[in-house]
Amino acid sequence: MYPYLRLGPFLLQLPLLALLVGVWIGSALTEKEAARLKLPPAIVSNLIIVGLIAGVVGARLAYAARYLQAYLDNPLSLLALNVNTLAGFDGLLIGLVAGILYGQRKKLPLRPTLDALAPGLAAFMVALGVSHLLSGDAFGASADLPWSIYLWNEVRHPSQVYEILVALVILIIVYKRPLSQAGDGINFLMWVALSSAARIFLEAFRGDSLIWPGSFRAAQVVSLIILAITLYVMRIWARAQEAGVKHHEISEKGIL
Amino acid sequence: MLKDKRRWTFLMTVVLASGIGWTFLSRIPATATNSSQQPASPRQGFTAPDFTLDLLGGGEITLSELRGKPVVVNLWASWCPPCRAEMPAIQKVYQDYQELGLVVLGVNTTNQDNEADAAAFVREYGLTFPIPLDRDGSVSARYQLRGLPTTFFIDRKGIIRSVVVGGPMSEAVIRSKVEGLLKETP
Repeated sequence: MYPYLRLGPFLLQLPLLALLVGVWIGSALTEKEAARLKLPPAIVSNLIIVGLIAGVVGARLAYAARYLQAYLDNPLSLLALNVNTLAGFDGLLIGLVAGILYGQRKKLPLRPTLDALAPGLAAFMVALGVSHLLSGDAFGASADLPWSIYLWNEVRHPSQVYEILVALVILIIVYKRPLSQAGDGINFLMWVALSSAARIFLEAFRGDSLIWPGSFRAAQVVSLIILAITLYVMRIWARAQEAGVKHHEISEKGIL
Repeated sequence: MLKDKRRWTFLMTVVLASGIGWTFLSRIPATATNSSQQPASPRQGFTAPDFTLDLLGGGEITLSELRGKPVVVNLWASWCPPCRAEMPAIQKVYQDYQELGLVVLGVNTTNQDNEADAAAFVREYGLTFPIPLDRDGSVSARYQLRGLPTTFFIDRKGIIRSVVVGGPMSEAVIRSKVEGLLKETP
C-alpha cells in the first residue's frame, strides 16, 4: 500500500493516478475496438469523455445537494479538488445516463457500441484493482496464509492482488472475444457475466463486505442477480442474431 | 455454445447454482465486519487509534474519553501553508457546532514544529479548541501521517468516518463532514 507520493509541495494521490491510467488505456482499447466494429472512434471516445465528465460533475453536485446550505454559503467549494466530497453512486448513475443520451443523440448502435466498450471496461477493472492495492481499499479478511499481507494492523488475504489477477484474466478473455466477433453485444455481456461471477467468488475473501439480513454479503447477492439477468439476455441476443443471419441467408437465396 | 439452447441452459444452471452455493457458504455473521471490532487503524471504517497528549497551555487530553461526541482531529504545523489556509474555516465550524457537542482537536506535530511557533499560530488565528502537542511524533506515526494537514472525522463511537489528506479544506467540505457526523444518532 502506497497511497501518496510527495513531489515537492504536491501530494500526488497514486490510487487516483492508477484510475486515470486505467481510463487512458481503456479509452485507447475502446477506440481500437470501435474502429474494428466500423463505429466512428471519435464519437465513441467522446461518449466516454461525456460520461466521465457528467459522472464527476454529477457526483459533486449530488454531494453538495445533501449539504445544500454549506455549499450555498460557499459555492466555490464545488470546485474543490477533494475526492472525499463526491457521491460515488449518484455520479455513476448520472454518468451512465449522460452516456446513453449522448449515444442516442449521435445515433450510435447499441450492441456494437457496448461491444466496443467491453475491452476498455475490462482494462479499467485491472486499474481499479491496482488503485485498491495502492490505497488499501477493498481489503481482505483476516487470514494467516503464506501469501497473506499485513494491512490495517492485521494479516489479511491479499484481496486486491486476487482482484488484479482475475481482472487480467477477464481482460484477456474479452480481448480474445471467444463467443462472438460480430459486434452483437455478446462480448460486452460476457464481460458483465465474468465480472459478476468474479465478484461473487472474490467477495468471500473481503474484510469490508456490507452484510445484509441472513448474513449474506450484499455484493454477492447483487452480483448473482446481475449474472442471472446477463446470462438470460445473452441467450436472447444470440437467438436474435441467429435469426437475423438466417433471415439474411434466406433473402440472399431468394434473390439468387 | 450460445446457439445450442440445451447446452446453454445447462451451463446457466451450473453457473448460477455454483454462485448461489458459494454465496451461501461464504455468509458471515454481521458482527464479523462490525467496525467497532476492527483493530484501531487510521482509515475510514476503523476505530481511531487512541492517544493521550499534553495540551498547549496546560492539561492533557485522551481521545477515547471523548466517546459519545463527534470529534475532528486535525494534524497541522505552523509552517505549513495549507494548514494556515484551512484553520480559520475549522475555527468557524467549531464555533458553529460546539454547542451541539462537536469536539475539534488541533494536534500540532510538534516534533516537526516548535511550541513557541505553535502558540503564536494559535494566537494569530484566535483558535479556541484544544491544541494537543505531539512532541515525540508518536501520534503522527500511529496515524500514518503522510502529508500536512491531515484531518480525521470521527463519529460518536470512535469510528473514523472520513479522512482528508492534504488541504486546504474549504469551509463547505468541513461543514458537510461535521453535519454528517452530527446527524448520526447519539
